[in-house]
Amino acid sequence: MAEIKNYTMNFGPQHPAAHGVLRLVLELDGEVIQRADPHIGLLHRATEKLAENRTYIQSVPYMDRLDYVSMMMNEHAFVMAIEKMLNLKVPVRAQYIRVLFDEITRLLNHLLWLGCHALDVGAMSVFLYTFREREDLFDCYEAVSGARMHAAYYRPGGVYRDLPDHMPQYQNTRFSRPSETHKLNENRQGSLLDFIEDFATRFPGYIDEYETLLTDNRIWKQRTVGIGVVSPERAIELGFTGPMLRGSGIEWDLRKKQPYEVYDKLDFDIPVGVEGDCYDRYLVRIEEMRQSVHLIKQCTKWLRENSGPVISDNQKFAPPKRTDMKEDMESMIHHFKLFTEGFHLPKGEAYAAVEHPKGEFGIYMVSDGANKPYRLKIRAPGFAHLASLDEMTKGHMISDLVAIIGTQDIVFGEIDR
Amino acid sequence: MSDLNKLISNLKSTFPQAVVNKQFDEATLSIYGNEIIKTLKKLKTGSQFKFLQLIDIAAVDYSQYPQKLFDNNRYAVVYHLLSIKNNQRLRVRAFVEDNNFPVIETATTVYANADWYEREAFDLFGVMFLNHPDLRRILTDYGFIGHPFRKDFPMIGNVEMRYDPEQKRVIYQPVTIESRNNVPRVIDEEGFRNG
Repeated sequence: MAEIKNYTMNFGPQHPAAHGVLRLVLELDGEVIQRADPHIGLLHRATEKLAENRTYIQSVPYMDRLDYVSMMMNEHAFVMAIEKMLNLKVPVRAQYIRVLFDEITRLLNHLLWLGCHALDVGAMSVFLYTFREREDLFDCYEAVSGARMHAAYYRPGGVYRDLPDHMPQYQNTRFSRPSETHKLNENRQGSLLDFIEDFATRFPGYIDEYETLLTDNRIWKQRTVGIGVVSPERAIELGFTGPMLRGSGIEWDLRKKQPYEVYDKLDFDIPVGVEGDCYDRYLVRIEEMRQSVHLIKQCTKWLRENSGPVISDNQKFAPPKRTDMKEDMESMIHHFKLFTEGFHLPKGEAYAAVEHPKGEFGIYMVSDGANKPYRLKIRAPGFAHLASLDEMTKGHMISDLVAIIGTQDIVFGEIDR
Repeated sequence: MSDLNKLISNLKSTFPQAVVNKQFDEATLSIYGNEIIKTLKKLKTGSQFKFLQLIDIAAVDYSQYPQKLFDNNRYAVVYHLLSIKNNQRLRVRAFVEDNNFPVIETATTVYANADWYEREAFDLFGVMFLNHPDLRRILTDYGFIGHPFRKDFPMIGNVEMRYDPEQKRVIYQPVTIESRNNVPRVIDEEGFRNG
């Protein structure tokens, strides 16, 4: 009889299903995984160390580049930590804008996750559809901040500027037919809010399309049902947060339980799973997208009816108006001080967390009273999830490993930081 | 709000030697490193606490901190705990003795997910975790020398990598870039902001 031995296989870091630069060393018995040892750090940029050498405002764009599929949420946790330490009040309109863009970001993240997860498991077409919708959401980012991804839109004390009155439109080029351009611009005739509202009415139909492709799909169910089961007790023990925790049946959402901004004034539900497998986590995220659309609608309604400032008027921490700077000496000085030395945080330490699409994204800030953080620690949800990969994949096949990496929603920008 | 005050009074009665303070509506429990396992176990199982989830572990190098803390110990390991049952958060800050070779007991026996967090703290700060099942570097390169997040480690690093066409392989060499700091670190004197 032939002697059967375990063998070790390398997976990644340049594997399309490795979601970036994940390197796994797998110990296999035939096709069954005995041990998975993730090697991470290939995208380590020492964001925390860099932030120690930059003023607080200079660090905002670094936050975008952490989890590069949910950019504004990272900024949100960072500015929340600063606001907490400064006890800086954010105007209500800015809070609504933040919630609006948080939910747009959640859609962006879940769309990418859904597309990539389905692609990994073998359903090619979902990816193409989700990227169609992501394009519209990127246009919202661009309209408000000028950048399609790395927005740097949230600032301590509010947001950089108010929502634009006009949605940018497609221009005619030598290569486009005027009738086509006109058709593309049909929902871009009004303001950004009109465009977002139009998107929010269209989008539930798109979610139905994805569900038609996947939810009752036999192959999809065979690949996800009963794969990577995590019990609720174990999910807590392993430090799971976000959809990974809710998929195991624990009703825990920071937006509800420790509400920040205006989430306590808005109406939404927390979906929870039952089995704690990949399929339940898929259903949880799909339902989260529907809830996000509901939240977006409530925010656009409020933003239409109410106006007001979008950034704090405390000029020690938020820049003065451009027009004031031209005439007012004090505003000029404030501006100069803010953009050279920056503001100071009081001595002490604080932790601020947001319900990021992937889980709890937190910023732990230690300040010594200087214009730069003394120590910044980023709590990345994916780090805890990936740490459990060994446990989740043990006894599964290699093909299930791909489904489990997909369900964990791994993005290396935040894990490696 | 009253929940936080209740938590603080509970902490004070359970851990009489520890320092409990409240800042920015958050509670912090500061202890010596040798008490960490005892403390974490009580916080996890104690019926008034139920901090079942470990959210994060962060190491901090206090060597350039202007204030002297806990016998001037250089390293602290900061545990962020969450109680889903009571909807409370707690920060436990354990100061590690011996500034040259900091050692603290591993928390993996209490919280399973401490594993990777401690590997990260070891990698970036060089804090050793006693009895850790697998204390390897995690974020830095294979064969990296030093602990990059210590305050005495330069921001630009010590070595850089390039392809050497003569040796036909990737080599390490001392860094050629210069450290650049356009905005100096400024700490205002006490009472400066109040005029």
